[in-house]
Amino acid sequence: MSYDYSKYLRKGKIPHIWCPGCGYGIIMKSMIRAIDSIGWEKDDVVMTSGIGCASRLPGYVDFNTLHTTHGRSLAFATGVKVANPKLNVIAMGGDGDMTAIGGNHFIHACRRNINITCFVFNNFIYGMTGGQYSPTTPKGSRATTAPFGNSDNQFDIAQLAIGAGATFVARTTTYHAVPMEKLMKQAFEHKGFSIVEIIAGCPTGYGRKNKLASPAGMIEWQKEHSVAIAQWEKMSEEEKAGKFPIGVLHDVEKPEYVEAYDANVGLS
Amino acid sequence: MAKAEKIEIYVNLCKGCEICVELCPVDALEMKDFKAAVKDLDKCIACMQCELRCPDFAIEVYKK
Amino acid sequence: MAKQVKFLQGNEAVCEGALYAGCRFYAGYPITPSTEVAEILAARLPKLGGRFIQMEDELAAMAATLGGSIAGKKSLTATSGPGMSLKMENLGYGYLTEIPCVIVNVMRGGPSTGLPTGPGQSDVMQARWGTHGDHPCIALTPSTVQEQLNETVRAFNLAEKYRMPVILLTDEIIGHMREAVEMPEPGDLTVIDRKRPTCDPKDYLPYKPEADGVAPMADFGSGYRYHITGLNHLPDGFPSNDGKLAQADEIRQQKKVDDHYDEIVVVDEMMCDDAEILIFAFGSTARSAKEAVQMARAEGIKVGLFRPLTIWPFPDKHLLKYKGKVKRVIVPEMNLGQTALEVERVLKGSPEVEGIFQIDSEPINPITILNKIKGGK
Repeated sequence: MSYDYSKYLRKGKIPHIWCPGCGYGIIMKSMIRAIDSIGWEKDDVVMTSGIGCASRLPGYVDFNTLHTTHGRSLAFATGVKVANPKLNVIAMGGDGDMTAIGGNHFIHACRRNINITCFVFNNFIYGMTGGQYSPTTPKGSRATTAPFGNSDNQFDIAQLAIGAGATFVARTTTYHAVPMEKLMKQAFEHKGFSIVEIIAGCPTGYGRKNKLASPAGMIEWQKEHSVAIAQWEKMSEEEKAGKFPIGVLHDVEKPEYVEAYDANVGLS
Repeated sequence: MAKAEKIEIYVNLCKGCEICVELCPVDALEMKDFKAAVKDLDKCIACMQCELRCPDFAIEVYKK
Repeated sequence: MAKQVKFLQGNEAVCEGALYAGCRFYAGYPITPSTEVAEILAARLPKLGGRFIQMEDELAAMAATLGGSIAGKKSLTATSGPGMSLKMENLGYGYLTEIPCVIVNVMRGGPSTGLPTGPGQSDVMQARWGTHGDHPCIALTPSTVQEQLNETVRAFNLAEKYRMPVILLTDEIIGHMREAVEMPEPGDLTVIDRKRPTCDPKDYLPYKPEADGVAPMADFGSGYRYHITGLNHLPDGFPSNDGKLAQADEIRQQKKVDDHYDEIVVVDEMMCDDAEILIFAFGSTARSAKEAVQMARAEGIKVGLFRPLTIWPFPDKHLLKYKGKVKRVIVPEMNLGQTALEVERVLKGSPEVEGIFQIDSEPINPITILNKIKGGK
């Protein structure tokens, strides 16, 4: 055994509700190892989520956990963090939760640069409701609400975050379980709003409709289509087609929201 | 090459997704009754890929 | 020593009340006619060690207000009209998860953008039934600027005591009116803080009620790690699909308000003892009604004013005293007959309810009420 997760798991809550082969269990494990490696006390960690498969995660882990309304993970997290900045706040949600119904909260949390770490679990689909297209469903892909193939254009979540002003933006996949843990730790260490987009497989909601049903096949797909950012930057546009960069995509320093507010209003 | 002393598979947690079996680089695992099972412990090189990528906390590899 | 008297605007008095009650967090979004509450608290809170944040929208403002309370701060938000509609989603979350906070709704005309700068009283039923699902509700309806202050303190006390969101349902007239207000000294008004757990953290059950129907609430970060979810949940806070348990818990929540009617419901009954005609009026309309009652009394008409300061829970018990006793009941309100429905429900036709319903963005004139009193049925 390489790691004992039991210290961070709530007794009697596993097995989780996620489908066979869902990538979210892999993310949960990497996240636990990342929190362990940064050494935060469990009492000081607050985890918020919205609605959807990803948002069920906080129920399984032994922290101060807040399972909120659809899309509002970051809005609740902002209230918690501003009211008590000493808490280490991690907000999470899926692609639909964070960038469709929660899109406004997402861009404004990026803009504020509040010291919250945000994980977006991107499985390209609404899983909990049974496979409807989301803002990240690739054009042409099938979904229950796109029986002829998806007509919509897609959000690039990492680019959206960079454009909105997030100061640390990374992307990884469930194939990269160990690098994911390292990126999460980097995100925790970053002062300001940090986001890690995690590409994950949804064999039930996305895979079946798009002939990618094997969970392992979806993980292999992630390996084959992701490119480390250093390599990505050397590639031609033709080589980039159909692939996506992973690693730390953006890392800059800017004043953190609560610190800046406190200094401005004479609280610090 | 590292070796495994034991591969523990918790059948009550395994959902039979086959990720561990398909990603194992040395073919040490197999499916049995819709659950993961050890096919050949001697082949295992303790790379931990199965444990890391099991979404269900169902497999643990103990190195020699 | 004489009390300090200040000449305050209604919305300003809300801020004074909130700060007196210990509010140290405000999350809001600008909207007429409530915006002064945000503006004033943005300036005042930091001086007391509190923080203010202007959120990206009304949903976020409600969410952050609840988040601030979960982190242990008494939290306030203020809004109006469309903003209150948007807050309904997370207000429902606040009820189900039993998070104390105060929401000020400075009522304006509606629906939709409506008449944004004029008064209304059309959100009475929204306050009670606006979010989906069944839940208890406490809403207070001040009529004076002094009451804006005192009732805000009371709203916080009720929120903290019963561990739930409480609505201060005021309107544009009182929100923007200026009156002399006697400022309370520390200790003059009761200030209640929520019950926090004292047990061993491993024994803490965040939704296991004590004898008063209310469970102690731990601040996040205080050593009591627990789960909060908008799903129906068990006493340990974790979700359950057991419909019977969900029903029992929702009934328990409703009962924590119903069982404390006497503590929660405050009614001002003016000249009601010998009244043959009863005026039921709240908020700014009660001011016109009071004037009308005084004018009618001067003419020898036996009329009284029944003025609820708590509109939800509805003052059934107080109002029932007049069932079959008064000859007429008149309900003036700046809507098309919302509280009139409740008055009818309580009095069951003894007597029939007569309404003065007006939604033209003008206050109901005392003369209009006087004419109704004198005009007979």
